[in-house]
Amino acid sequence: MIETILISISVIMMVIGAFFSLFAALGILRLPDVFSRAHASGKASTLGVMLILTGVLIYFIGKDGHFNVQLLLGIIFIFITGPLAGHLVSRSAYYMGVRPSERTVRDDLKDAK
Amino acid sequence: MAIQVLINVLLAALWMMLSETYTFGAFLFGYLFGILFVLVALPLLPGNHFYLRPVWKTIILAMIFMKELILANIDVIRIVLQKEISNKPAFFAYPTELKKDWEITLLSQLITLTPGTIVVAISDDQKTLYIHSIDFSDIDSEVSAIKDSFEKAIKEVSIR
Repeated sequence: MIETILISISVIMMVIGAFFSLFAALGILRLPDVFSRAHASGKASTLGVMLILTGVLIYFIGKDGHFNVQLLLGIIFIFITGPLAGHLVSRSAYYMGVRPSERTVRDDLKDAK
Repeated sequence: MAIQVLINVLLAALWMMLSETYTFGAFLFGYLFGILFVLVALPLLPGNHFYLRPVWKTIILAMIFMKELILANIDVIRIVLQKEISNKPAFFAYPTELKKDWEITLLSQLITLTPGTIVVAISDDQKTLYIHSIDFSDIDSEVSAIKDSFEKAIKEVSIR
């Protein structure tokens, strides 16, 4: 009974995570400039991978009763490094002089430089 | 603060020696007793607050973060799935009151992971974060949304 419940939870999490990754890829294709794309790639995919890994963790707990600590470490590692990469990419893009899209309504950073 | 933790661990070790059972269960039992002692002796110890208070506040921060993460990810999906993408991106300055380096790092990490906002740069005097917002409404609501949720919770965590 508990095994079925745990495996169902893990399947739901993995499917949601896969959908988040799909929408992140779609966002990279459709969004106009590098900063908006960093939103999709840096975050939606981070959440997607975290959900998939959590799903795998719960799946093995339910199936074998085996708690895989390496997966837990992987989740924490992705949680720490994912947003950092998005931050660094957008920061270096801005300082290299990449123009944001024309729809940008406000730019406080330009005055500060 | 850290001394309180050390005293608690030492009390647990003392309890194990007194009862001559060197198991994890005995350590846990002694630790729980030690919490009571530390609570009673709190005015004599360094630090203004009991040391489990930041632990509890950290759990609350994690809860707030999970909620924001899921709600805002749905927001980004809504933008991506529009027929004609018509978001209004913007860079806005966010004045922060946090002082320590790790607080600012934690705040920018949380801001970056909540979809809708990415920290692009931090000013040299570490008083202003420059944030890129994917769908900008107006400056007051954007600033207060971060200030009320994350900055308040991080301040609660760092109170000693």
